[in-house]
Amino acid sequence: MVRVVITGAGTVNALAPNVPGTWAAMAQGKTGIVPLNFRDSDRLSIKIGAQIHDWPGLANMTAREAALWDPFTRLALAAADEAVVMAGLSGADLAAAGVIIGTAAGGISTWEDNYRAVFAEDRDRVPPLVVPRLMHNAAASHISIRHGARGPSFSVSSACASSNHAIGLAFQMVRAGQAPMMLAGGAEAMLCFGGVKAWEGLRVLSPDACRPFDAARNGMVMGDGAAVFVLENADHAAARGAPVLAEIAGFGMTADASDIVAPSAEGAAAAIRAALGDAGLAVQDLGYIDAHGTGTLANDRAESAALCQVLGKGGSVPVSSTKGGHGHAIGATGALELLAVILALREGILPPTTGCRVIADDCGLDVITGMARQANVAAALSNSFAFGGLNAVLALRAV
Amino acid sequence: MSDAIETRVIGIIAAQALLDPAEIAPDALLDSLGLDSLGLVEAIFAIEESFGITVPFNANDPQGSAFDIASVASVVQGVRALIAAK
Repeated sequence: MVRVVITGAGTVNALAPNVPGTWAAMAQGKTGIVPLNFRDSDRLSIKIGAQIHDWPGLANMTAREAALWDPFTRLALAAADEAVVMAGLSGADLAAAGVIIGTAAGGISTWEDNYRAVFAEDRDRVPPLVVPRLMHNAAASHISIRHGARGPSFSVSSACASSNHAIGLAFQMVRAGQAPMMLAGGAEAMLCFGGVKAWEGLRVLSPDACRPFDAARNGMVMGDGAAVFVLENADHAAARGAPVLAEIAGFGMTADASDIVAPSAEGAAAAIRAALGDAGLAVQDLGYIDAHGTGTLANDRAESAALCQVLGKGGSVPVSSTKGGHGHAIGATGALELLAVILALREGILPPTTGCRVIADDCGLDVITGMARQANVAAALSNSFAFGGLNAVLALRAV
Repeated sequence: MSDAIETRVIGIIAAQALLDPAEIAPDALLDSLGLDSLGLVEAIFAIEESFGITVPFNANDPQGSAFDIASVASVVQGVRALIAAK
């Protein structure tokens, strides 16, 4: 049986434009949620989001590249660059590697800018590179081009579970021997007028804060970001003396087959059980669970119920959601949250649920609040549950 | 006593609940009409568009919203207040 390890990680998000900064911010329970600031943001009724605010942008980008790369592609490229360096693969031959990047909205601000030009500003033409700029696979393709990765490469879109599906598929490919290495993760840049306006319509956004599992939770807060990981055959990594961050041990995915937006505890519980089964892990092995924990009433209740079903009464495992820090980065959120899981597995630092002060009565979970907890974690889960009733759960082991 | 605002609100709720407007009593509770959460946010959107108002309603915190969606009558009353405040 091939074992699959993570040998590199990279990110840009509202907490920090790199992995060490993100780990430090998660450990301290910091928040990257700020007042929204982009074109027409004053016309929105929601005024906050985890907008990236301390990133100078992609280094050495040419004018031609800027014309071709939507913001979500730039985030993905920056994250992939950091991951490749961390994995010790700078300049290495990555021809056998593939790339799978999850995204929910792809190049949404490119759609927006060009619709604005033709519909609102009566322009008769749009720039020639609109199609390759907005397509969902642009991020995966540009990572492939930049690093010479010629293996299986594509984008995955399953709303808020996109990243976990991307990482899970990449894990299965490495385990099946289809590629020795995969670059996998997610990228999202939905914080633009139309992106937030669309979410406003659903009335699930909080006007003031993200408070997962808190008695006073009142909705989710959107975020932008990307995280990309190098997944590698463990023997391949050992042969080149690569640093190992964690092992991906299993992946479970299910569909609720019920409601297009309301989550089902049964569907989520089935995905959690599937991930544990695939990994050969028991509930007792778990030392940490990174919850989907959006801070909406519907998600938090269904997720609590699902975890209580699987963990059983008294089967208490520390749980946190880091969305109060990096926001709900939609198709990138699972990838950002995998960083929290690696922090727990590697450093024994279980990040707190930023924004949660008083745990809701209906929660029933051991939610980490306030300060990070220190604990030796041998195995952990990362949950993602999407609109459309699509559930994707990763199971990881410390190495 | 029925009036134009109440008739319009009932029409909007009826369309989302897939009911005949005549089946919806002014004092009916929204829960009793089989309106799911999506139907509710669609109805509120339609009310905003129909009356040119902005309804303060958060699906995560229906009780905490300044707009009472318990019954048809409370919705009508809320719409009246928002129109008056325009």
